Amino acid sequence: MQHNPLPARRKAYIGTMRMLMWISVAIAGALVLFLVGYVLVKGIPNITWELLSTKPSYLDGTIGILPNILNTVYIILATLVVVLPLGVGAAIYLTEYAGNQKIVGMIEYAAETLSGIPSIIYGLVGMLFFCQFMNMQTSLLAGSLTLVIMNLPTIMRTTQESLKTVPQSYREGAFGLGAGKWRVIRTVVLPGCVDGIVTGCILAIGRILGESAALLFTAGFAHALNGLFDGLTSAGATLTVALYVYAKEQGEFDVAFAIAAILMVLTVLVNLCAALVGKYFKRKNSV
Amino acid sequence: MAIKSKKKLVENIIHGVFLVLGLVTVGCVLLITVYLIVSGIPAIREIGLIDFLFGKEWASTAAEPKYGILPFILTSIYGTAGAIVIGVPIGFFTAVYLAKQAPTKFKAVMESAISLLAGIPSVVYGFVGMMVLVPGIRKVFNVPDGASLLAAIIVLAVMILPSIIKVSMTALEAVPKEYEDASLALGATPVETYFRVSVPAAKSGIATAVVLGVGRAIGEAMAVMMVSGNAANMPSLFQSVRFLTTAVSSEMAYSSGLQQQALFSIALVLFLFIMLINATLNFFLKGQKEGT
Amino acid sequence: MNIITAKDLCLWYDTLQALKNIDVEIPEKTITALIGPSGCGKSTFLKTLNRMNDLIPGVKITGSVCYQGKEIYAPGVDVSELRRQIGMVFQKPNPFPMSVYDNVAYGPRTHGITSRVKLNEIVERSLRNAVIWDEVKDRLRKNALGLSGGQQQRLCIARALAVEPQVLLMDEPTSALDPISTSKIEELVTSLKEKYTIVIVTHNMQQAVRISDQTAFFLLGELIEYGNTEQMFSKPKEKRTEGYITGRFG
Repeated sequence: MQHNPLPARRKAYIGTMRMLMWISVAIAGALVLFLVGYVLVKGIPNITWELLSTKPSYLDGTIGILPNILNTVYIILATLVVVLPLGVGAAIYLTEYAGNQKIVGMIEYAAETLSGIPSIIYGLVGMLFFCQFMNMQTSLLAGSLTLVIMNLPTIMRTTQESLKTVPQSYREGAFGLGAGKWRVIRTVVLPGCVDGIVTGCILAIGRILGESAALLFTAGFAHALNGLFDGLTSAGATLTVALYVYAKEQGEFDVAFAIAAILMVLTVLVNLCAALVGKYFKRKNSV
Repeated sequence: MAIKSKKKLVENIIHGVFLVLGLVTVGCVLLITVYLIVSGIPAIREIGLIDFLFGKEWASTAAEPKYGILPFILTSIYGTAGAIVIGVPIGFFTAVYLAKQAPTKFKAVMESAISLLAGIPSVVYGFVGMMVLVPGIRKVFNVPDGASLLAAIIVLAVMILPSIIKVSMTALEAVPKEYEDASLALGATPVETYFRVSVPAAKSGIATAVVLGVGRAIGEAMAVMMVSGNAANMPSLFQSVRFLTTAVSSEMAYSSGLQQQALFSIALVLFLFIMLINATLNFFLKGQKEGT
Repeated sequence: MNIITAKDLCLWYDTLQALKNIDVEIPEKTITALIGPSGCGKSTFLKTLNRMNDLIPGVKITGSVCYQGKEIYAPGVDVSELRRQIGMVFQKPNPFPMSVYDNVAYGPRTHGITSRVKLNEIVERSLRNAVIWDEVKDRLRKNALGLSGGQQQRLCIARALAVEPQVLLMDEPTSALDPISTSKIEELVTSLKEKYTIVIVTHNMQQAVRISDQTAFFLLGELIEYGNTEQMFSKPKEKRTEGYITGRFG
């Protein structure tokens, strides 16, 4: 065995590729560290109880983001309430009922198309259809319904994936006992796809939390403090929209940093939940 | 007998309900398409397709308004291309490293970091870009205002990074180990094996990642709006520019009449771009399913 | 002249000992068959000969393997060059998802040959040596995955030959193939003996008898018996060997 080293050209190639990989990973890693660190360091000192618990007042010249927090919660709730039955129902139709491959293909193609449409277009169509045509005005409800369309493919896909993991034998077993299709779905299929629904919900919450372009013209940017039901029919800015408004239009950078830090923490939490839920269901399914 | 037929009726009704739920998605796509076409056509008709698409000047609020969206189209194309040129190599090499070489623990940490990057709201990207990147560009390149095409390109490059890394990683991890073994057994080193065997074997997946990145970059509005300055200039790296997406959002709040209709037409153009990208994406996905 | 000598070779996967004190001498330009029931260590042993086990985390190796009189596990050994000289063919045909030509040219290109003329020459010679040239000469530019399983395996052999190895390790190369393809490969392997040393793992005892000069019988990580194939199959020295080749277990 000769102990001759690799020829220079190969060595150069390997070295270059290694270097490029390391540089890229370093850039990606540094980006995450910088973004998270910068936002938290600049933002957390500006988060005060007063900021979190009040509404903005022009008279006192104070700013509070309670309305924005509530609006975000309202929009998440309203969106989920509508999108869950739609998405889960569509998934059940696709995996349990649909016999016609053309319809299945059409629905799946539609879902793919929806997930590729940019949110600004959702915002525009939401404004035209919900705010103007359906006469909802600029309101949280119109915003929620717009987000329903955006999140439909997500819920549908995660539910569909978990439905596929429900063993065929369960269904056959239930049918063998003489149960009707609906009963089989209710008692066997639906409980089996809880993990998909939960995962879908978390993903949807993450997406709603981060959405802004679709809400700007559908839910508006008011900062009024409302209860859940008045809230839905009136305009209001979510945290992301508020961040945009404070940063870009009002130049309130301290508030903007505080909101950014809150959003960052929430994003970390959502990711953490998604990872934990994924792990939990994986373990459960493998038992 | 009566019970049985009643039961069957109920089953049929439920089947129908689920069919309707399934078709909601299709309905939504139709709704969006129809609305965009119906509201986008009138302005194009009034302005004239050629003047609209290839007009170099946009002055919607001037006494004699001009509605040429070529600056927006070109800005969107240049901006997306720039983001791809910066983002794809970084994402690609990161994906190869993480999928093939990284120690398990480091890989797990990086994977969650990248999911986090994917989850950060676009306004946060825009805001950080506004606070860090824009002043940075102004100082480094000594230009009057850092809010520019370059700032938008960098922000977009960062924003498309997670999807490029994730999709490429999935494709690289799906490459059968047998291919890599064969290459190693021929005396290729691991690094040579990854780039000469694994990457070509995963090429349609990596292409999918790039197309997804294009889609995300061309459709992004808020982050871009916060860092690109929003003036309707023809694209130039250090100038304030307006994208197709930001053209829609920046004037929508106060527009009316022909001006507003022209914004709908811009959205229609953007939509057509996205549809084109989707078609490309489906083409690659099909290639992936059939196996290379 | 022995081209490969293993002395007191032991291998652990973490705590599990997969090879126990193996001593084997493999003569040049012969065919050596490694037989034994599944999990007996024959494939593991084969992979220690070109250090393919290095890639598996948690593997520990003691003892020595010498190739042409030099220790292959010594520090500073160029693994890339070792694997060039000791080629390998796998159980499942594994051509790269590239053209037939690129598959064969992959090895030479990796080792730095760029001249078109030279590559053409190597590709043709390797494909001819692997007796597949006539079947693929008109489709060199087509994807190799379009070939039949048997053709793919011969292509893999051609790919291994293209880097001009001295030794060819074959890990059950016919187990995924039909009988006709199997007999073609066997014929090919026999003809390759003129130029190469071949070590072949096989499940099929008839195959060992048909093609090999000497046979090594492994059981539970131990080398039970090693010797001339004819002698071993007619008069095994060990009871356990007899039990296995007469089909009493395994």
